[in-house]
Amino acid sequence: MTSMTLNAGAAVPAQDKTNSATDLPNKPATESTSVKTQEDIAETVGSPFCDEAKLRMRNVNVFYGEAQAIHDVSLDIGRNQVVAMIGPSGCGKSTFLRCLNRMNDTIEGCRVEGDLTLDGEAIYGPKVDVVPLRARVGMVFQKPNPFPKSIYDNVAYGPKIHGIASRRAELDEIVENSLRRAGLWDEVKDRLDKPGTGLSGGQQQRLCIARAIAVSPEVILMDEPCSALDPIATARIEELIHELRENYTIAIVTHSMQQAARVSQRTAYFHLGKLVEVNDTETVFTNPEHDLTEAYITGRFG
Amino acid sequence: MQTPTLFALLLLLILVAYGTGFSRAIAAARSGGGVRSLASLPSYYGVHTALWCGLPALIILGCWLIFDDAIIRAMVMGAIADKPESIAGQNLLYAQIQNLAAGNLVGNVTPQLQDAAAHLTSLRESGRWMQTALILILSIGLGAYAFLRISPEMRAREKVEKVLRIILLACACAAIFTTVGILLSVLFESLRFFQSVPVTEFLFGLHWSPQMALRADQVGSSGAFGAVPLFTGTLLVSAIAMFVAVPVGLMSAIYLAEYAGKKVRSVAKPLLEILAGVPTVVYGFFAALTVAPFIRDLAQSMGLQASSESALAAGLVMGVMIIPFVSSLSDDVINAVPQSLRDGALGLGSTKSETVRKVVIPAALPGIVGGVLLAVSRAIGETMIVVMAAGLAANLTANPLESVTTVTVQIVTLLVGDQEFDSPKTLAAFALGLMLFISTLILNFIALHVVKKYREQYD
Repeated sequence: MTSMTLNAGAAVPAQDKTNSATDLPNKPATESTSVKTQEDIAETVGSPFCDEAKLRMRNVNVFYGEAQAIHDVSLDIGRNQVVAMIGPSGCGKSTFLRCLNRMNDTIEGCRVEGDLTLDGEAIYGPKVDVVPLRARVGMVFQKPNPFPKSIYDNVAYGPKIHGIASRRAELDEIVENSLRRAGLWDEVKDRLDKPGTGLSGGQQQRLCIARAIAVSPEVILMDEPCSALDPIATARIEELIHELRENYTIAIVTHSMQQAARVSQRTAYFHLGKLVEVNDTETVFTNPEHDLTEAYITGRFG
Repeated sequence: MQTPTLFALLLLLILVAYGTGFSRAIAAARSGGGVRSLASLPSYYGVHTALWCGLPALIILGCWLIFDDAIIRAMVMGAIADKPESIAGQNLLYAQIQNLAAGNLVGNVTPQLQDAAAHLTSLRESGRWMQTALILILSIGLGAYAFLRISPEMRAREKVEKVLRIILLACACAAIFTTVGILLSVLFESLRFFQSVPVTEFLFGLHWSPQMALRADQVGSSGAFGAVPLFTGTLLVSAIAMFVAVPVGLMSAIYLAEYAGKKVRSVAKPLLEILAGVPTVVYGFFAALTVAPFIRDLAQSMGLQASSESALAAGLVMGVMIIPFVSSLSDDVINAVPQSLRDGALGLGSTKSETVRKVVIPAALPGIVGGVLLAVSRAIGETMIVVMAAGLAANLTANPLESVTTVTVQIVTLLVGDQEFDSPKTLAAFALGLMLFISTLILNFIALHVVKKYREQYD
């Protein structure tokens, strides 16, 4: 994970070159405006801000050592909204997502600048404790990563460390509720004491979602949650995201544009570490404002 | 021809065989449309010819060297009319004949002895000629056979690889047979020991005093072979060692793997591994000359009785010796825990220490247990430190301030110096070795099993 993100940062200039050097000559002259270098992305088009923002990010810059991975990104994520982040590999969308619960802190040499607030409180404030922050902003990762413990203990892990449940019965209830909401209860209720690693890939990812919602977060960050799953498991998880929206604010990074179109209300398109366009999902996919967005969603590059 | 010369000649023949095989394959290819028309690359034809030329000859030569002496001896001794009845007498006689043949024996030479020596010399001479002729004929003949068989259709590569596989198998077997051989020799000597000392007395006896009387009325003539004090001593010293090594090693591994920065890690890890490179004999005199007196003085200042050689001193120093074992193995296992598990735990709002305690260590635990068990078998087998620091007295005690002795130390003391190999005193060493072998084998077996189970965890 670490090295991948680091490479993504380093790969930015290389990709820049590929796009301009190989794609350009192959395109007809009329389309030459559609592929641009980093300098050409002046500022974000569309509507990056919203009134009832749960998460508010202003002028965010992220550096991996010397390399800059995110350039001056500003974005709001509204309450009970699903925001999809799309863009070619290495465009910084995962890096940006990991800023929201300070997971980038674990990467050596990573530096985040800018104002990020959750309900008006600074995420990177000097007095902020990351532990309660991460309890409020949960995360589901690209690869299912259940702990090598029983299914029950996987879900009970969060409530236990945060002291949410004081009695066993309470804990049982949280576990059952979380598994039910993740749509996994019926499949595992008879084998809660079996290891979580023994489940199928799709079940493991739903277990990870159950584990994340067991601590009752306010925001759930999903970093390509379906990239390792088959279409059936993917459909199941997309359905789940729909249901979760009622109670949670969700930010999802995805490589599948169909998925972004299906699950999100707003879509943000990243390119080379910059936020190119943010709009209602429908607008992005039917009538994109920016040439780059159009080029990407029509499959001309990326 | 002398054997080394013959051997060198054989190597030369093998090289020649490779070269001729190679060039014949090229020549055969030239008529048939280039190297691609061959079934295998030309070098495989070379190796194939070389193998035919060298391998059977080498095997025969090896067998010859092994059985050579026994056959000649049987022939020489067979020719002697009135030889002694006892094996020892025959050995002595044959040694005399050998010395005479080598020109070392003077005086008291009977004509009969003279004849036998001449017989021996002539047998050796003709044997050497036969050896040279046989090996050279075999080598050249088989090499020529393989050389003549070279054709573009011959699948040399497959044949060569088959031979290579057999050679690899033989190497693997060598290690296994060595183990089996050691085990069998220890086993048979132990059986001899158990003929004079009952198994039950050895296993359950509480007194260890490996003396054997030369005369029935000797003082202290009763030997006692109860191994229990030795095993409790081993257990005590190993337990103290593990008590030191496991917490310190494990925690240093956790620090290095989870908390230390790159710089600290790059300095601390090699330094820690230097500990593993210190010879145990150095640890031994450190234990005996520094730690043991220190412990004695400390105990006396607290009003406790302590002997100047104590289980505690040996155990502590042995523990320090094993730290790098535990830490290095645990460090590897902890590093093998996928980063995604740490991310998952951190993403749920665990603190660093919660992540380590509740996710990383449980995930790495089977591997850590495997490492610790390997360290235990190392502790049980350790000898030098205990010889120097824990004493030789076979006390049956659980008091770490008293001197104790261990199985390995007793094996050393039983076998040091001139020994007769038919007294129970010496044979006891084999029985102890057998017990030690079995217990470490069981430990290693458990450790490997645990480690294997760990491997299946993330697949």
